[in-house]
Amino acid sequence: MSATLSNHQAIDLRESTIRELNAVLQSEDVTGSWLVSHPEGRHSIAVGLTAPIDIIIDGQAGYYAGGMNQHANLVIKGNAGPGVAENMMSGSVRIEGNASMAAGATAHGGLLVIEGDAGARCGISMKGVNIVVRGSVGHMSAFMAQSGNLVVCGDAGDALGDSLYEARIFVRGTVKSLGADCEEKDMSAEDLQILRGLLEEAGITEYSAEHFRCYGSARRLYNFHVDNAAAY
Amino acid sequence: MSQSKNTPPRTTPRFSATFDQFTISEIQRAAATGIYDIRGAGTKRKLPHFDDLLFLGASISRYPLEGYRERCDTDVVLGTRFAKKPIRLKTPVTVAGMSFGALSAQAKEALGRGASAVGTSTTTGDGGMTPEERGHSSILVYQYLPSRYGMNPDDLRRADAIEVVVGQGAKPGGGGMLLGQKISPRVAKMRNLPEGIDQRSACRHPDWTGPDDLEIKIEELREITGWEKPIYVKVGASRPYYDVSLAVKAGADVIVLDGMQGGTAATQEVFIEHVGLPILSAIRSAVQALQDLGMHRKVQLIVSGGIRSGADMAKALALGADAVAIGTAALIALGDQSPDLAEEYAKLGTVPGAYDDWQEGRDPAGITTQDPELASRLDPILGGRRIANYLSVMTMEAQAIARACGKSHLHNLEPEDLVSLTMEAAAMTKIPLAGTDWYPGKNGF
Ligand SMILES: Cc1cc2nc3c(=O)[nH]c(=O)nc-3n(C[C@H](O)[C@H](O)[C@H](O)COP(=O)(O)O)c2cc1C
Repeated sequence: MSATLSNHQAIDLRESTIRELNAVLQSEDVTGSWLVSHPEGRHSIAVGLTAPIDIIIDGQAGYYAGGMNQHANLVIKGNAGPGVAENMMSGSVRIEGNASMAAGATAHGGLLVIEGDAGARCGISMKGVNIVVRGSVGHMSAFMAQSGNLVVCGDAGDALGDSLYEARIFVRGTVKSLGADCEEKDMSAEDLQILRGLLEEAGITEYSAEHFRCYGSARRLYNFHVDNAAAY
Repeated sequence: MSQSKNTPPRTTPRFSATFDQFTISEIQRAAATGIYDIRGAGTKRKLPHFDDLLFLGASISRYPLEGYRERCDTDVVLGTRFAKKPIRLKTPVTVAGMSFGALSAQAKEALGRGASAVGTSTTTGDGGMTPEERGHSSILVYQYLPSRYGMNPDDLRRADAIEVVVGQGAKPGGGGMLLGQKISPRVAKMRNLPEGIDQRSACRHPDWTGPDDLEIKIEELREITGWEKPIYVKVGASRPYYDVSLAVKAGADVIVLDGMQGGTAATQEVFIEHVGLPILSAIRSAVQALQDLGMHRKVQLIVSGGIRSGADMAKALALGADAVAIGTAALIALGDQSPDLAEEYAKLGTVPGAYDDWQEGRDPAGITTQDPELASRLDPILGGRRIANYLSVMTMEAQAIARACGKSHLHNLEPEDLVSLTMEAAAMTKIPLAGTDWYPGKNGF
């Protein structure tokens, strides 16, 4: 445990079970800062939290870390498994390493920051969350994304934004291919402002918003029509 | 007259069994519109079903119980495997998941009132939980679907049980569908979608695939809700032996098995009619899977798909289910297909008994609609009363059969109480053909 973390309340996952950890972090009167040591890839770390507490996970997290989070702020010092911050409502989750597939899946709110790369389906079905990825994202990212913003400072894989609804996607690098009904949009002043705000909130200073492109829904698949049959 | 003498005799017009009138109209419809037909309700073809089974009743070797006097209990406890707070139903028939969106708020309220009055549960659907349905349902099962529309941890904690939906009998392998006419401002807001779009929900969960992931997902849901709530897994009937085995392995408390007769709010006709198994053919192998794992009655099995009466319920229980669920029958009890609406159905090009354009949102009974005027025709209190009546009748019918078979609890009904009327039913259920002790495959094919 590093010295800067010494005033945290500590839970060691070599000694406590996931149930014990979550029961403590979910309890009604929980406050302050927490350090979870030896996570060692365990699943469902710090899920279903409701209090505005700070948590550091000192290592690698398995599936669904920070799932359905409300108000809490999580930092994962290592990599995160599939579905990190899935269905998050508010608060924040920051991953210092890479994230596996479906990061931020269906999340409604809050901020998800991935310092490394994210795997396939990052932001799948997102419903209002903001996701900022310092690296690249895999294929089918923002699939069926409904609302919120996905910011990718690196590159995006195949079929970005397939069957997109009203979410916005910003990419600084290359996009391997766009998914059905996703198209590049002109970056409006409002888009730029949102993007700047998100980069700042995520603590990303090395990239300027002007160097990103903006993608959104062409809204051609919103209603069934024979001319779109190939896309169904 | 004289002319007819010279004209050779003609045969009468003859319709093709292959190209029957419905098939012809469907080809004509497809050619005119270029899009597949989407409709509500379940399959309409004749399938092997519970009607193909009969109860034997008591005889010299088995004595019956006195109707009305001797007890025949009906209660069932669901979620005894892992949940700290299992669910207790007074009668083993529950109301299946149907979304606010597919149904009006009034219909949801009526279902909640009716189910609560008889001590059973209702279920949310592909669209989230409304405060009204929570308020009016004393036991509410919250569906966790691929779309995750309206999914939030507060509602998860407010629910009495959680149902992870993998599939639905009307469309195993298909996602939800709600056409633009029903995406009203409130429905759009709950689902976080633009108003008026044709919503096509995902068919696969966004953050897990396969049984190993499902196990981790179930554990996450338990962690979020403190291991209190029973977790159901709902599958459409397709590979019931394996699906049930895998759901048990993944940690389900309860398995919901929905046959192809199961209703839907909106699905492609081709999907409804051509994918999945009739529920009759799926129960035996689902029960077999539970028995092989030593989990029968420990992981409870709820079956659905075309359940209409206490007889259907009793037969499902005798085959080894712990409870049944109803969708379509509950809507009919509320007033769907009512002859009183004949004139209005005529305007929609249909007749009472055949109305299935539930996707259009123009239901004159106010059930499958989001139109405020139409929805207001349904009185939730009266509707609740009708649901309660119907559920009570189903229960009493099942009890009448169980007593006749000498059973003091509905769950004591067993395969030995049944015979099959058809070879198909005998083969599917391993219940001997009436008058024989044989079913196809009994001594090897
Ligand atoms: C109008 C309507 C809406 C439905 N919506 C859902 C849904 O949101 N989620 C789900 O799992 N099943 C849904 N179903 C299927 C039911 O939960 C249930 O499986 C089926 O109705 C049972 O068969 P039955 O209609 O023959 O009783 C719906 C069914 C109907 C009729």
